[in-house]
Amino acid sequence: MNPKIIVLRTAGTNCDYETVNVFKYLGAEVDLVHVNSLQRKEISLSDYHCLVLPGGFADGDYISSAKILANKLKYNLREEIENFISEKKLILGICNGFQALVKAGFLPAINNFFEQQVTLLWNQSGHFQDEWITMKKTGGKHCVWTKEIESVYCPINHGEGRLEIPENTLKELYEKDLVVFKYEKNPNGSMDSIAGICDETGRIFGLMPHPEKNAFSLTDPRSTREQFGFEGEGISIFRNGVTYIRENLF
Amino acid sequence: MIEMKNTIEISKMNEKELIDLSNKMLLALNAKEMNSVQEYFKEKNRHPFQAELETIAQTWSEHCKHKTFNSAINYKEIFLDGTIKEKKFDNLFRETIKSATHKLMKEKNWLVSVFSDNAGIISFNEEFDVAFKVETHNHPSALDPYGGANTGIGGVIRDILGVGLGAKPVANTDVFCFADPETKKEDVPENLLHPKRIFKGVRAGVRDYGNRMGIPTINGAILFDERYLGNPLVYCGTIGLIPKGLHEKKAFKGNKIIAVGGRTGRDGIHGATFSSIELNEETSSTAVQIGNPIEEKKMMDVILQARDKKLYSCITDCGAGGFSSAIGEMGEETGAKVFLEKAPLKYKGLESWEIWVSEAQERMILAVPEKNTKEFLELCGKEDVEATVLGEFTETKKLEVFFNEEKIIDLEMDFLHKEIPKTEKNAEWKEKTLTEEFSEPENFNEVLMQLLAMPNIASKETTIRQYDHEVQGTSIIKPLMGKKNDAPSDASIIKPLFEFKEGIAVSNGINPLYGDIDPYWMAASAIDEAIRNLICVGAQINHIALLDNFCWGSPTKEKLAELVRASVACRETAIAFGTPFISGKDSFHNEFRLGEKTISVPSTLLISAIGVLPDAIKRISMDLKEKNNLIYLVGATRNELGASHFLKLQEKLGKNVPELNAEEARKAYEKLSEIALIGEKNSERIIRSMHDCSEGGLAVTIAEMAFGGMLGAEIDLRKIVFEGNEKEKTNTVLLFSESNSRILVEVPFKFKDKFESIMQGTIFAEIGFVSDDLNLRVTGLNGEKIINSDLSELKNTWKKTLNW
Repeated sequence: MNPKIIVLRTAGTNCDYETVNVFKYLGAEVDLVHVNSLQRKEISLSDYHCLVLPGGFADGDYISSAKILANKLKYNLREEIENFISEKKLILGICNGFQALVKAGFLPAINNFFEQQVTLLWNQSGHFQDEWITMKKTGGKHCVWTKEIESVYCPINHGEGRLEIPENTLKELYEKDLVVFKYEKNPNGSMDSIAGICDETGRIFGLMPHPEKNAFSLTDPRSTREQFGFEGEGISIFRNGVTYIRENLF
Repeated sequence: MIEMKNTIEISKMNEKELIDLSNKMLLALNAKEMNSVQEYFKEKNRHPFQAELETIAQTWSEHCKHKTFNSAINYKEIFLDGTIKEKKFDNLFRETIKSATHKLMKEKNWLVSVFSDNAGIISFNEEFDVAFKVETHNHPSALDPYGGANTGIGGVIRDILGVGLGAKPVANTDVFCFADPETKKEDVPENLLHPKRIFKGVRAGVRDYGNRMGIPTINGAILFDERYLGNPLVYCGTIGLIPKGLHEKKAFKGNKIIAVGGRTGRDGIHGATFSSIELNEETSSTAVQIGNPIEEKKMMDVILQARDKKLYSCITDCGAGGFSSAIGEMGEETGAKVFLEKAPLKYKGLESWEIWVSEAQERMILAVPEKNTKEFLELCGKEDVEATVLGEFTETKKLEVFFNEEKIIDLEMDFLHKEIPKTEKNAEWKEKTLTEEFSEPENFNEVLMQLLAMPNIASKETTIRQYDHEVQGTSIIKPLMGKKNDAPSDASIIKPLFEFKEGIAVSNGINPLYGDIDPYWMAASAIDEAIRNLICVGAQINHIALLDNFCWGSPTKEKLAELVRASVACRETAIAFGTPFISGKDSFHNEFRLGEKTISVPSTLLISAIGVLPDAIKRISMDLKEKNNLIYLVGATRNELGASHFLKLQEKLGKNVPELNAEEARKAYEKLSEIALIGEKNSERIIRSMHDCSEGGLAVTIAEMAFGGMLGAEIDLRKIVFEGNEKEKTNTVLLFSESNSRILVEVPFKFKDKFESIMQGTIFAEIGFVSDDLNLRVTGLNGEKIINSDLSELKNTWKKTLNW
């Protein structure tokens, strides 16, 4: 049996190709599914071990990033997702997917699911930015996605990546050890340089940077200068997810 | 004469009245063409409907039929000594650019589809082909920079989606030409947008569309010249992958005509004809389309699924001319019957002819066999994409269009597509009297700084970083490389398919300033630049294809002569390099009329090049890698400061424009391609970096390599191979001449012999080495240090100019 991953797409999803490839490389079975198919119950979420929301511009991000997709998750798919979470399955959101998780209230989900507690605003620069960054793991000891990772070099590709957190919530984030990654050098004005957070179970994890774009070192710009192996720094996150499934969900 | 309503009485019009009608209706047809329309309807014994005239105008527009390029031209060259040479072309395009491709067809077995579809197609690997197209969207971007650029990128993406049976877009490239963004406000005529505003609008327009489409923007250029003030140039290009065997398509009798994607609105009426006339203060902005990238993304997602399920037999995009062009061209061999009232509209109130010619975006036309129609419509429905049956393809060879049971078009396809009157034009080239005088610099450090700060040369980082060049996870040579990811790549490479090792490299060559001296050498230089950019990243000279993209002013006999010279150079250079053209585009009337004054853009030729790498891992970036490595200059330096950036600093043009010895260059490029294939690990690579010598000459090139790697360099000008009169060999020429076909190459000392023995028979010299401090040092002809600059200072200067 192989881990079964559902990569969810909607109008405007655009990082599905590379995200699907990483999981396939790691031996998972991956289905790329349109959110409409879940809403119309043509596909059942319960058939999968892990839900992945890849990057993109869901429905154009015109209202605010990923808001429409977040509402679909929150209002149309609530029951399925509640069951999914209660079965100790995994959820990963990257970039636009992270924005959706935050706005649907899956992250940080302190005490409460389906209630938005933090948000992602426009970058300080006011526009989209594409650059390679280093994110350091600063916490989230219980996060199943980031075991034995110290730092990851990978790109950010976003316009709305500035995490904004109310003071009390920020305190709780640290108390509950939910801050997983921080930027080494803050690229977008994100509060406390936070790049990625997890929930209290450690099974739901989201981040703005794109580790899937450094899953293989050929895409790492440093590889023209230094010698790396075939795999890139970003792959560990995905491998941790797949390993968790093999060890806990079979 | 049969009288019908909504017709226009033209049978009795004289020539002047016909022209007036053409102007009034924005048909952009000339007297000969209007006469031929008049004759056609006289024979049919009826008056034309308005929609028929619109259809003919769109089909016969410069935009769709490339009338200037395909016309017969009487070309005359007048030399200063009084001699005159004449040559007649029956069809300029066929006899130059296209003929080069035909000549190369036999030896280039990787050519798949050339000059016959929305884009050119070449072979990629055993399972896929790759399609490439670059379009222009100049006039719309002048009127509405954001919207014009938005729909410019949207349009070329649909070209790729509609090439063959549909290719998946995998990369974008953009080239912009603006006036100086620091132009004083009072120097910008009233009713014109300031160049900085145009720049920012265009940048945002391409960004917001391209990023949302999820296609990495991996290559581009931005150029500045005051003559782009009223008419900026916006080139947008897309590369796509298509499974082998899907490059051919055909609509069959009985196939349903299905419109997919966006709804039709009043935006973009007369876009095709509007691009065929010059701009003035009163040009209406309703000619500009309105873009919605998510509509296009949704459409793309379902079309690629439908393609893989083989649900349709033909596809094309609705670009210039809207339904009129798309259905008219697709049904050329069969005939088509259309019921326009079925077309979904954005809002009520459109006239039937407006629905027919509207260039509203995000629409494609497909020919779907009846048995697949239900499945196709369901597939679209599942993903919230609107698809509507508008009619069907017939066997009448007629274009018949109805609106609420009333016939509004009834034209023979043959008349529409084959009976456009041929034009004949005169072109005249006069040899220019040019001089070259300039002051020798006293401080070369300072000149280098000034060059690095020039907007043409300065870093484009603030623009590049607003474009996503990482999406799809495929970019392996990015637009910015080096130790800090901030040095300028010559070309970019993607490895588009996870399961395959091949890569696609893309680059461009453009230098309109050279054309001010001689468009022949402008074209030859642009081709050489595009190709050597590819060579620099490790591409193979034997698998490179080109696109031409001409943006000219109105085709007067002087401008036409420039076109002739550039086209002849394209033919000769493409043949010499063995690099065929596979597609292209021409855009005339790029000028702005203000009262009595007309500002025409400099005749601008963009050459885009695409190369296939058999093994993408063998890529090469431009930044210096390790201290003590040797630095070679491949290619000869000549006294060719004409139209250089060095002379531009002194506000001079000069006369010694860079020429091209393509045979010499090809030999060197073949050797460099061969070396690029050797070794896999970094430590096994003979070439650790390469960078092309272009704008600003050798001095700028070595500075970029050095601050790219944050490693110093020591260069000795005395070692350079100079060709020409020894008296003309000066520090200035060696540092700043923009002679073609030159590449700086970094080679580890351990590979010195190997490199030199392979390069045997080409022109090259070891001219320096990578040092272990952070300074660039250059020794002049007298043995004195003429440049000694701190790398951070050079880099900061280069980064500052366009840092907004």
